[in-house]
Amino acid sequence: MLAITALALVRLRNLFAVAMLAGIYSLLSAGLFTTLDAVDVAFTEAAVGAGISTILVLGTLALVGHEQKKARRSSVIPLVVVVLTGSILVYGTLDMPPYGDPANPAHHHVAPHYLEESEHEIGIPNVVTSVLASYRGYDTLGETTVIFTAMVGVLLLMGGLRKRENSGETDAETRESEDASGSGPVPTHGGSGTDPPKADGKKTHGEGDAHGG
Amino acid sequence: MEDRLILRVGAKILIPFILMFALYVQFHGDYGPGGGFQAGLIFASAFILYALIFGLDTAKRVLPLGFVWFCGALGVWIFAGVGVVTLVMGGEFLNYDVLAHEPEHGQELGILLVELGVLTTVFGVMVAMFYAFAGRRQVR
Repeated sequence: MLAITALALVRLRNLFAVAMLAGIYSLLSAGLFTTLDAVDVAFTEAAVGAGISTILVLGTLALVGHEQKKARRSSVIPLVVVVLTGSILVYGTLDMPPYGDPANPAHHHVAPHYLEESEHEIGIPNVVTSVLASYRGYDTLGETTVIFTAMVGVLLLMGGLRKRENSGETDAETRESEDASGSGPVPTHGGSGTDPPKADGKKTHGEGDAHGG
Repeated sequence: MEDRLILRVGAKILIPFILMFALYVQFHGDYGPGGGFQAGLIFASAFILYALIFGLDTAKRVLPLGFVWFCGALGVWIFAGVGVVTLVMGGEFLNYDVLAHEPEHGQELGILLVELGVLTTVFGVMVAMFYAFAGRRQVR
């Protein structure tokens, strides 16, 4: 099923269908993870892959259009690279210990300690949570920081940090009152929908300048 | 999509349950699958649904852009803050044992706080990203 979906993803040229199929692919992967008893991973995959990223891709499609352009260059070299990389990866898996073998190294390092002792040491039944939040707290802190950094990157790239949207002034004002009070007050004056169109045009023009310069 | 009655009513019915489910995932993460990351995503998706149905401007009035950015930073701050608190209370960085009299309770409290930080960051980041992508369309 995953392979069929992946092939369809490659063949399709309509990006809207591709976004939907990518979501389906994620959902199928989530099912696969569930059958492998990794419910936490499956949950994350379903929420991220099938949920949020589909919405973000659709948001991007609304900006760039729904049809993929026809490729001009031949795809022989990329195909060779992909096949080569794939075969190297498959070759790498030949050395791996057999799947599900209790004698695997992964089951003999810290895993027995976590499985047997986390109930006493941490006091919560879900081992995944105790590993994530307590034993591997540094990693999770780093992960959270990565997510935060991703937000900063997206805002820098997409221009969310600059006051050039229609509602830019509203946002700036809201942010100021936000910082002052700490809760989420509603902006006092009317929303951006009531802004005069003249101001909008001016700002759009300013944005064009920013792009040009 | 502001004039679609079925979507509006359906979203209004669904959103409280989505938020509730996010909180369930958050606080049940100690016992079953789930945790701050997934809960943050579900929490964010509720507001993204709201923004899709009722329009970006309405959503920004409910959840101002600045507040979303603030959330994104606040979560990291909570997480690292827990670490600093454990340092101050005499343990290692992010060693929750010292947070309460019993090490187990300290661990539970620490995990709760840390997951809350993850939830806040993920929620803020996802909604901020959605705002960034969706707000772009209005400029054109």
